Amino acid sequence: MVRVNRPPVDTPPDVTPKDPLGIHYRDREKSITLESLTEQIERQREARRRERPDGYSVTSQAETEVHTETELLTMNIGPHHPATHGVLRLLTTLEGEVVKSAAPLIGYVHTGIEKNCEDKSYWKVIPLIERMDYVSYYFNALGYCMSVEKLLDEEVPERAQWLRVIHLEMCRIHSHMVWLGTSALDLGAISMFWYCFRERDNILDLFEMSSGQRMHTRFIQIGGVADDIPLGFADKLRAWVKQMPGRVDQFADLLDKNEIFLQRMKNIGAVSEERLLELGVTGPLLRATGNPWDLRKAAPYSSYDKFDFKIPVGTVGDNYDRYKVRLMEIYESCKIIEQALDGLPEGPWITDNRKVALPPRHELATSMEALIHHFKLVTEGIRVPEGEVYVPIESPRGELGCFVRSDGSSKPARVHMREPSFVNLQSLSDMVNDTYLADMIATLAMLDPILGGIDR
Amino acid sequence: MSHSVALQLATVGFEVSVWAQVIVSFLIFFVVFNMIPMVLLVERKVLGRFQGRYGPNRVGPFGMFQPLVDIAKLASKEDFIPRNASKMIFIIAPVISLFTAIATIAILPFGNTVEDGLFGANYTLYGIDVSIGVLYAFAFGAIAFYGLMLGGWASGSKYSFLGAMRSAAQLISYELAAGLSLVGVIMMSGTLSMTEIVNKQDGTWFIIPQFVGFLVFLVAAFAETNRAPFDLVEADAELVAGYQTEYGGIRFAAFMLAEYMNMIVLSGIGVTMFLGGWHGPGPDWLGPIWVLVKIFILLLFFMWIRATLPRLRYDQLMSFGWKILIPLATINLMVTAVLVVYA
Repeated sequence: MVRVNRPPVDTPPDVTPKDPLGIHYRDREKSITLESLTEQIERQREARRRERPDGYSVTSQAETEVHTETELLTMNIGPHHPATHGVLRLLTTLEGEVVKSAAPLIGYVHTGIEKNCEDKSYWKVIPLIERMDYVSYYFNALGYCMSVEKLLDEEVPERAQWLRVIHLEMCRIHSHMVWLGTSALDLGAISMFWYCFRERDNILDLFEMSSGQRMHTRFIQIGGVADDIPLGFADKLRAWVKQMPGRVDQFADLLDKNEIFLQRMKNIGAVSEERLLELGVTGPLLRATGNPWDLRKAAPYSSYDKFDFKIPVGTVGDNYDRYKVRLMEIYESCKIIEQALDGLPEGPWITDNRKVALPPRHELATSMEALIHHFKLVTEGIRVPEGEVYVPIESPRGELGCFVRSDGSSKPARVHMREPSFVNLQSLSDMVNDTYLADMIATLAMLDPILGGIDR
Repeated sequence: MSHSVALQLATVGFEVSVWAQVIVSFLIFFVVFNMIPMVLLVERKVLGRFQGRYGPNRVGPFGMFQPLVDIAKLASKEDFIPRNASKMIFIIAPVISLFTAIATIAILPFGNTVEDGLFGANYTLYGIDVSIGVLYAFAFGAIAFYGLMLGGWASGSKYSFLGAMRSAAQLISYELAAGLSLVGVIMMSGTLSMTEIVNKQDGTWFIIPQFVGFLVFLVAAFAETNRAPFDLVEADAELVAGYQTEYGGIRFAAFMLAEYMNMIVLSGIGVTMFLGGWHGPGPDWLGPIWVLVKIFILLLFFMWIRATLPRLRYDQLMSFGWKILIPLATINLMVTAVLVVYA
């Protein structure tokens, strides 16, 4: 570490030490050594002074004061780091082990999905948009399909709505399982990861049964769902949904009765409800503060008003509440699935509007009209009337809004997602300032960001 | 006589045969060193079972050769030194860690002195019986942290640096607690010699009168070996791999070997001080086997805890060490002192 001394000059250049946190992050991230920031600032000024046009040169032996009052360590956590749940980069400034500032830098998995959507006909957008938030793909697809249905003014058959609800809630549990496993791993409870992924795999088996795919199933279509559930699916799902609450009890036993876990979670990273609302934070993070805002209740869609379920809320909004709210949501999701299985209405699973949905296969052999519809839908796609809509739904991470603008052609003019991960992430620095480094990792885990959704 | 001069430190009542003692020393090193791949494999197998999976089962029968191929892989990797590392210290650090870990094996007693044993030789079933006993282990344990600290500091990486800082803090807090927890045993047996302590446990093992001491020692041992839930030094979620972030290849292997060696050695000290060393049912020649079995039981406990508990936070680790363990060990020490004097 080189200590550079300031020369005794009559007219000192701008050498008043600034607050290191006031420096722009692009300058702060240049720190690749362990020097304190004050020293780096001094060194940069020194270098500038050497280049003064008046030819004044500096002797490094000159006796001056050295600023040692602030020793901060700037550290890049990520984009490649085991705890950032994807390629998130956190520019953190540490004082010892305490986080003084944390700035999330994103964009490492930007794939241009929104722009690509404009190049595809409406029904080809679905598989693309499912890959945004790759843990809650059913929700992405539903948000988009509901927007297009609204533009088309298309009624979705009731059975399709209930099938959607079943799969959405399964996907919610799936998402929470991934969250719980990876979060516990971040806290050092390694076994939890495998327990959660075992449950997740059971859900993926069910997805595979109903749609043929484990992830990115493309099950939800414009106007309904891709196919009816196969024979035996309901029984298998019922068996799974019966044992799931017991499994969650086991997880809660392992974590909630562990003093280390409680000490790591309670009273960490709490942010007030007002501040979260200012930042636009939704989902479990907001509900952990006691605000029961859930779009399934607040603005029911897809027959959610026909189910009996509760919205779990927390009290103070710390990490423990966030954890508990998500865990309780799993129980509620199980209840919804059971009710949906019990009362699943008979009927078509996709709209019979031939301008929107493909005709059944057998009709193609007998009906000329069906063949024409099939040909038009496959080659050109759905023509959607002009207009723009915004449809919000409740994803596992909060309000997932889909904005679609149509110019009357068969391709959307603009598709935009209001990703809850993206909005929620901006509350991170409010949560982690002046906590320990390990708490920041725990808080980030409880934030549950999915980088595929953030960058899109 | 001339050939017993080298073994002045050994307080045995007879003249040992140097050739036999050399063979025994090599044998002890061989056995303990070869326990490491076994422990590595067993840990991965046991962890796998805890987590509902199989663990390694591809290389050889039951995945038995997995540690061998792991080490072969690490040995064949590029010898990489980061650009802004202090090269000399970066190279020396794993050597320090490994050296101190191996040096401590010398005082682990696997059995008593054997007079007129195999081939009519006199020998002792331990390396040396130093008069400072367990202090020897703690001295080397303290030096071992230089390996971690220098390694972390010399890497020139911030993760390593933070890991090294944590290891320094952990050393100060938990060496004290571990030391204090053993003083009770030392007072009860009235000697520092490891073999004498084991001999004193002929009737009751010290785990019964010194149960609190055993608990404190066990917790401190977790911290000393950087094992979960005290694995902050290499907390993968926060510090990637802590002090060993920049290490790769055979240097990384050296750190890993040192870590597992330390686990074995600390389990060995626990066995010696609390669990009756070589005492156990059966004939006398079973003694070394009993020591190994007890060490393995403690190691399994290490693995069980790793599969179950989350990690503590840095400040929680500190306050746990200073506010709970050290007072507990001190109270245990004082109660033992009173009992030893008046009972």
